[in-house]
Amino acid sequence: MSHAPVTVALETRPLEWPEAARKQVEEALTHYPNRRSAVLPALWIAQRTWGWIPPGALRLVARTVELPEPEVFGIATFYTMFNLQPVGRHHLQLCMTVSCSLVGADRLYEHLRRRLGIEHGETTPDGRFTLRKVECLAACGNGPCMQVNEDYYENLDEAAVDRILERLK
Amino acid sequence: MSRGPLLFKDIDTPGLAGLEVYRGLGGYEALAEVLAKMSPDDCIEVVKASGLRGRGGAGFPTGLKWSFVPKDTPKPKYLVCNADESEPGTFKDRELIEKDPHLLIEGMILAARAIGANVGYVYLRGEFAWIQRILDRAIAEAYEAGLLGPSVAGTGFRLDLYTHLGAGAYICGEETALLSSLEGYRGQPRLKPPFPAVEGLYRCPTIVNNVETLMNVPGILANGAAWYRQWGTEKSPGTKIFSVSGPVRRPGNYELPLGVPLSTLLNEHCGGMRDGFKVKAVIPGGSSVPPLPASLLDTPLDFESLNAAGTYLGSGGVIVIDDRTCIVDALWNITRFYRHESCGKCTPCREGTYWMAEVFERLERGRGRSSDIDLLDEVADNILGKSFCPLGDGAAMPVMGAIRHFREEFEYHVTHRRCRVNRRREELDALRSAPSAVEVTA
Repeated sequence: MSHAPVTVALETRPLEWPEAARKQVEEALTHYPNRRSAVLPALWIAQRTWGWIPPGALRLVARTVELPEPEVFGIATFYTMFNLQPVGRHHLQLCMTVSCSLVGADRLYEHLRRRLGIEHGETTPDGRFTLRKVECLAACGNGPCMQVNEDYYENLDEAAVDRILERLK
Repeated sequence: MSRGPLLFKDIDTPGLAGLEVYRGLGGYEALAEVLAKMSPDDCIEVVKASGLRGRGGAGFPTGLKWSFVPKDTPKPKYLVCNADESEPGTFKDRELIEKDPHLLIEGMILAARAIGANVGYVYLRGEFAWIQRILDRAIAEAYEAGLLGPSVAGTGFRLDLYTHLGAGAYICGEETALLSSLEGYRGQPRLKPPFPAVEGLYRCPTIVNNVETLMNVPGILANGAAWYRQWGTEKSPGTKIFSVSGPVRRPGNYELPLGVPLSTLLNEHCGGMRDGFKVKAVIPGGSSVPPLPASLLDTPLDFESLNAAGTYLGSGGVIVIDDRTCIVDALWNITRFYRHESCGKCTPCREGTYWMAEVFERLERGRGRSSDIDLLDEVADNILGKSFCPLGDGAAMPVMGAIRHFREEFEYHVTHRRCRVNRRREELDALRSAPSAVEVTA
């Protein structure tokens, strides 16, 4: 897959699951006949807990599902939605695939990069926004579409995007 | 107003995602009776007779797939619902689950019982976390009502259902890659055979069915195969949900009997093209299938007619490309998608998608060579059928189809060193040359 190379932040603080997250992980483990299958749920819980997946969380997930750390690293890097680098509070993920492109996604991306002063993969200096071009979000009939963290925003134009940015403090 | 004969009949009913409204409309009504009166083999036979074919893209006969599960095995069996919906142009499963999650649960109960599975998973694409929450709520309601758990509807049949969230990988819509992902590996496909029905999840017999496929099962088992066959054609019975995108007046999901002409879908249901746009090409089955030129818009939307026209029904993702869009630019976009999503396992797909994107870029930037069109065709042909899974085929087929139907427009790029039309580029250039009217936030 053609992703940007991943560099691991130098962050060695050991992490433990906070109580609420630990309960979620334990619940996830009951869904499968082995611990390994809970690796994606555990990575999701880690990302929701810390906003991204710091190296300490990767090690915690590896311990939790009883897999070698490099293996968990290999899994986490395979999937595009796991953030192994910190992202802004609002992760703007704009679909650029064909259907959205046919109804103006490229114009919207241009608008966003000018408005925020950042390019694909970058974060504003105040840590508020990260901008990313992504592939199809299954919102083709309501394009252009942007996912912000876990929420979908559809039928977008420049004015709608501006209103959304205002609201996301 | 009803939006379709079967799955979309009540889809816009307020509160349908809740058990009470679903039951009020007859949901779960026939479940106990079907479970009591029909043996698992009866169920498989009825689904076979209905002619239902997979609605996720491959179109494999559903009842036949179920019949491949070995009956005399001591291993547990699994049912997996493929809700990874990632094929560009396709957005039906998300509306189905979002609005009618109990129909999926009811379909999974019946399918699980037919194949003898006591555990089912719904694999949702990672971006669907919000849909997972809706489905989890419905599953919790079904447990509370005794429709899931140790004795489904008091029949003694046990079924546990879980949702599982992917994390951003188109490849996980391919069934063996999905199973790898569900087992906690990188989502890479496995060689078939053995097919999942014999050796799937945790090396146990597993059936993987698409959301729309499973949602058709309750109606078929309650009303019979003949009832289902009142819609569609002899060889393609039933309805299909078509997801329409591009510059039409009313894009969206439409449930129509199979066999309806593409032009009827676009003109009568979608209201035709937006003002100032004409159809140049239509990709009828998600981005993995060859485009149809405007001259073939009367093609009936069913498996056989689309095959005869050189393309596929696929997932029913209908992408409409207008006459001011450059076909080479559109296919470059699609090729970048496959380059990004190739899992890297097979050389023809991993390297071929890369090289196709390179050649597209050259053509689009006015640096194309006269040999490039044949080169594209040749690279595509060297991917087609030469990889583990259909992702590579999906990358190759639209390119080969576009060259077949629009070769002249490809050649224009070489002879004139620019696109014949490209409204996307024009809009972008106009925006870039305009003085910056927006201020930097922050």
